[in-house]
Amino acid sequence: MQSTMKLSLGPLQYFWPRERTHAFYRAAADWPVDIVYLGETVCSKRRELATGDWIALAAELAASGKQVVLSSLALIEAESELGVLKRLVAEGQGWIEANDLSAVQLCRERGVPFVAGPTLNVYNHAALRLLMDDGLVRWVPGVEQGHVLIRELRDAVLAAGLAMPELEVIAYGRLPLAYSARCFTARALDVPKDQCGFRCIDYPDGLPLATREGRPFLRINGIQIQGDEITDLGPELPQLRELGVDVLRLYPQAEGMADIVAHYHHARRSPQPPPRIAARNGYWHGEPGMQAAN
Amino acid sequence: MQLVCPAGNLPALQAAIDAGADAVYAGLRNETNARAFPGLNFSDAELAQGIAYAHARGRQVYLALNTYPDSARLPQWQAAVDKAAALGCDAIIAAELAVLDYATRTHPALARHLSVQGSATTAPALRYMHERFGISRAVLPRVLSVQQVERLCETSPVPLEVFAFGSLCIMVEGRCQLSSYVTGASPNRHGVCSPAKFVRWDEHDDGRRSVRLNEVLIDRFEPAEPAGYPTVCKGRFEVSGETFHALEEPTSLNTLELLPRLAQAGVAALKIEGRQRGVAYVTSVTRTWRNAIDRYRNSPGNWSPQPAWQTALTRHAEGHQTTLGPYHRHWH
Repeated sequence: MQSTMKLSLGPLQYFWPRERTHAFYRAAADWPVDIVYLGETVCSKRRELATGDWIALAAELAASGKQVVLSSLALIEAESELGVLKRLVAEGQGWIEANDLSAVQLCRERGVPFVAGPTLNVYNHAALRLLMDDGLVRWVPGVEQGHVLIRELRDAVLAAGLAMPELEVIAYGRLPLAYSARCFTARALDVPKDQCGFRCIDYPDGLPLATREGRPFLRINGIQIQGDEITDLGPELPQLRELGVDVLRLYPQAEGMADIVAHYHHARRSPQPPPRIAARNGYWHGEPGMQAAN
Repeated sequence: MQLVCPAGNLPALQAAIDAGADAVYAGLRNETNARAFPGLNFSDAELAQGIAYAHARGRQVYLALNTYPDSARLPQWQAAVDKAAALGCDAIIAAELAVLDYATRTHPALARHLSVQGSATTAPALRYMHERFGISRAVLPRVLSVQQVERLCETSPVPLEVFAFGSLCIMVEGRCQLSSYVTGASPNRHGVCSPAKFVRWDEHDDGRRSVRLNEVLIDRFEPAEPAGYPTVCKGRFEVSGETFHALEEPTSLNTLELLPRLAQAGVAALKIEGRQRGVAYVTSVTRTWRNAIDRYRNSPGNWSPQPAWQTALTRHAEGHQTTLGPYHRHWH
């Protein structure tokens, strides 16, 4: 009998007011999630919670029995952002989710175990093995890697006589697709990035972008672009189990997160896959990520 | 400062060398490079010819092996590294850890440049690539401001190459899934963004045109309106009731006016984008930058961007528009 898969709350990708963020994680302390990723991964200007606040929150959640992982920015440009990363690595008590190579290097230099986040571009067994030498303990494949590619990678790792690290898959949420130096929220609101007024706080699930035919397409989230569709791998859980997925990642959204966690908590203990509650993830099946394109 | 120019085929390579490129970069006819377009790139024999042509004139050829192999296809990338070494390429330009690792162990004498696709934007990231794989140069992603480039020149363990001119990826290179989200074909895995086979133009009775990528409407154009190649990032979309280029306009990067600052910062090489462009583009853009760099070298105190240079570059720009892009804070 395989052990039950763990549930994780992925890092909060949106910018919420301080109180909303605290309320969310206070509630999460009582949810049946095993792992919580904390920290700002999109924009360093979002400071409703300062670095010290995230570290303190990490300690609180760890005390309530969660495994807490501090997540790093996907795109680091400024020296100040590097300073934050150094602090997370030095002061965080647990693992780091490394979302770029700067985080890998700092973890490697200090001997801190890290989770390879979905923007780290681990596409094959040899790259995974190199990163395991550097301290990788868990791997989150990139959004475009479906079950065939992950299986081939896993088989190649096992064929080399090695053990797989923990495997975590994005099971629920909007897929992060791209990052830029430019803030697209600021652009949409016609304000300069340097005086953005932190307006992304007005869009707790991102700012919808549609085609000129009015078809929902993408979500603008500061410097990040997401797919508009919320993807759901619930119905594919038997396949995920068979693949050896250890952790199901659920990305926080503004409303109804407790129900989504409950849905997955039930599903992970049930032999029957749950009904689909959001869009099919085409990437998982080796197709375009966007369901509507399939 | 070295001038590194694109070569999509042998005539373009020769044109770039003739016009004054210090080095050209090229790719093989498969998915091992990020311009895997039909009809583009080099056979082994053409690459050998190109290398001979460049070496006879004291110039260099770099082989772009800058896509991301999955486990099953890794041997194809390793074979490409072997080929680069056997044919006498002066360097490979790679992004992926396993490809760099293979090259480091198998052909230690073959120089390794970190590709822009490797997304290294900080000194620690560059340190990682240098300590792990002994890279001797890194190409910076087009996300940093000129101040950030200057700073990185001081702290980087290796010489840096930056983009000077050409089509502008506005997303961090190597980490953009917009094209694959729509088409399933991935720039990282398949070396192609917005593949032509997914593009469909429709001309309407009123003379307007619309363009779709795998059925997703990217833009519509008025009869006389210029229309460029459709990529998701340069389409027009609706946000909050307004229709506009929500991500970026069709425009090209042009850093000509920053040349003195980049030179003073210690940037080792300027890169011209455009392996998908023809001989006319390569010749004109290479010659213009050659002149600009030489003029600066001979008389740094007395340098200014010549109007004729800017005219020549703008003629070859996407939508005939250029921008300083991320080098300039206001772009952000």
